[in-house]
Amino acid sequence: MARWDPNNSGGMGTLRSEIAQALDRAGPQFAPMFRAAFLPGRGAREYPLTNLYDDQNSIYVEALAPGADPTSFNISVAGDTLTLSGEKPRVQGEIKPEAFHREERAAGKFVRSIELPVDVDGNNVTAHYKNGLLLINLPKSEKAKPRQINVQVA
Amino acid sequence: MAEKTVAATSGKQPVATGRETTRDQERYIQPPVDIYELPEGLVLLADLPGVAAGDLNVRLEDNILTIQAKAHHAVNAEPIYREFELVNFFRQFELSDEVDQEKITARISSGVLILELPKAEKAKPRQINVQVEKAAA
Repeated sequence: MARWDPNNSGGMGTLRSEIAQALDRAGPQFAPMFRAAFLPGRGAREYPLTNLYDDQNSIYVEALAPGADPTSFNISVAGDTLTLSGEKPRVQGEIKPEAFHREERAAGKFVRSIELPVDVDGNNVTAHYKNGLLLINLPKSEKAKPRQINVQVA
Repeated sequence: MAEKTVAATSGKQPVATGRETTRDQERYIQPPVDIYELPEGLVLLADLPGVAAGDLNVRLEDNILTIQAKAHHAVNAEPIYREFELVNFFRQFELSDEVDQEKITARISSGVLILELPKAEKAKPRQINVQVEKAAA
């Protein structure tokens, strides 16, 4: 009868270490999901959700952030990466957990980085918060703007 | 406060007198809500991003509280990347007699609807003082 050493035999030991390795590999990838778990109902998603719009002069970022504290917003542009952070406060006042009939809204601090598709002029970024939507206006840098080229007719 | 979804048309309207119609060809989503209870009444918070005060319709009919709202995007430009769409919001709740329906107030700020539903007088908790009689000497 062969002796079975769980750590150092073929079969089971190899399987075990393979599983451990697989979990290690999966770790960093799954971590954001757990980190976002304090946003109930939004768990596995990036928060806030954003739309990008484009016109001749600017890129617009529209973020879905109802009920956020307007003074908590922190928006910065570094290179072609836009980082926005803020906080959506929980219900105001001390409310006992048992007083809740329903609790579906997300709450907590958030931070999100977005890679922008074109070069922007980081000094002239403006942001407005209205009706729960955060709109960031990022003017394109001069070289990223489309240029009209006149065709010379010979 | 039970959740309730009834047909958008009320039963008092004449039925099938003309052409048959269906509900608007619109899509709705249910906004997430928080409802909590205070001694004075219930408070309902609903996330309604993109909804201005004029686009919000809160009505009460036959004990059914209906929240209906139209949402609009903040910008009019060519979309290049989309994670969310704003569609209309719709959600209904059935109120019990414990809510004083005359005194419901609603306000919206930063895309959050705050509905205050005060309790009717009879439903409020009352403290009853116990009178202690002095024992006869």
